[in-house]
Amino acid sequence: MTSINKHLGAAAAAALGTAYGLVFFYAPNEADQGFVQKIFYLHVPLGIVTLCGFVAAGVMGMKFLRTGDRRWDLRCYVTIHLSLILAVGVLATGSIWARASWGHWWVWSEPMLVSFLIVFLLYACYQPLRFAIDDPDRQARAACTFAVIAAAFVPFNFAAVRMANAVTHPRVLGATGGQMPGSMRLTFLACLGAMTLLYLSLWRLEVDRKTAAIRLRALRRSREPEPARAAEPMLPISRPPVAAAGS
Amino acid sequence: MPALPLDKAGIYVAAAYVVFLVLVVAYVSIMARHVAKVRRDLDELAADREPR
Repeated sequence: MTSINKHLGAAAAAALGTAYGLVFFYAPNEADQGFVQKIFYLHVPLGIVTLCGFVAAGVMGMKFLRTGDRRWDLRCYVTIHLSLILAVGVLATGSIWARASWGHWWVWSEPMLVSFLIVFLLYACYQPLRFAIDDPDRQARAACTFAVIAAAFVPFNFAAVRMANAVTHPRVLGATGGQMPGSMRLTFLACLGAMTLLYLSLWRLEVDRKTAAIRLRALRRSREPEPARAAEPMLPISRPPVAAAGS
Repeated sequence: MPALPLDKAGIYVAAAYVVFLVLVVAYVSIMARHVAKVRRDLDELAADREPR
């Protein structure tokens, strides 16, 4: 682990500790929902960071398509992977909050919930699509094209949901800032900052891990005799080898 | 729906935060295991390169 990763990890841990200290010891209980509203400080920053990650992956995919630099493909892959994992957290925390506030784990008639699920399922297709292609160059191009198109869909989807009539899910981010009092807004911003730091530190950790693994593979290949070398994929192909017919 | 009493609300709030914590800890531990494997492989490679 590099020293930047260690510092970033420590900063993220400290920021998360401070932010969630504010949640439980500084921010007041909301008048309508009471203590359950504390989930808001986890669920909403997690959702924002996740969606921003998907959009950032699209920008990285575009960088790869323009420059052909494989590092952008790697970054794009890691960003989508991490955002997808955090999206599971958004869905789970949202579902718990929905059960506590509305009495249901899921409300299919609510556009905000269904649209986020659609985005999640869309990005869940990224890895199967990527690893269905054997040729490393084609794999990277197809994956980055997918990332660009899917990233364009995210803000479009978000805007469409904002225009739709809310059924049960509140629309927090607007010109009035959800009409939060100052202490709640400060706490929310602290949680958002901490979540961003956590995302960045996890992202760097995975990028560095994958870069080290690629260098190690290249080092091993450089020690192999010449005829054994073949086109090397940037990311490992996760499909198991297919057994020969009749074996 | 009226606000839940603290004892019931606390369970939901704790559940949401525990889910998040488990997700992050699982991710970090998987990454740490991979980093350890890369380090081990690098050590093996370095040992192979040393003159005998």
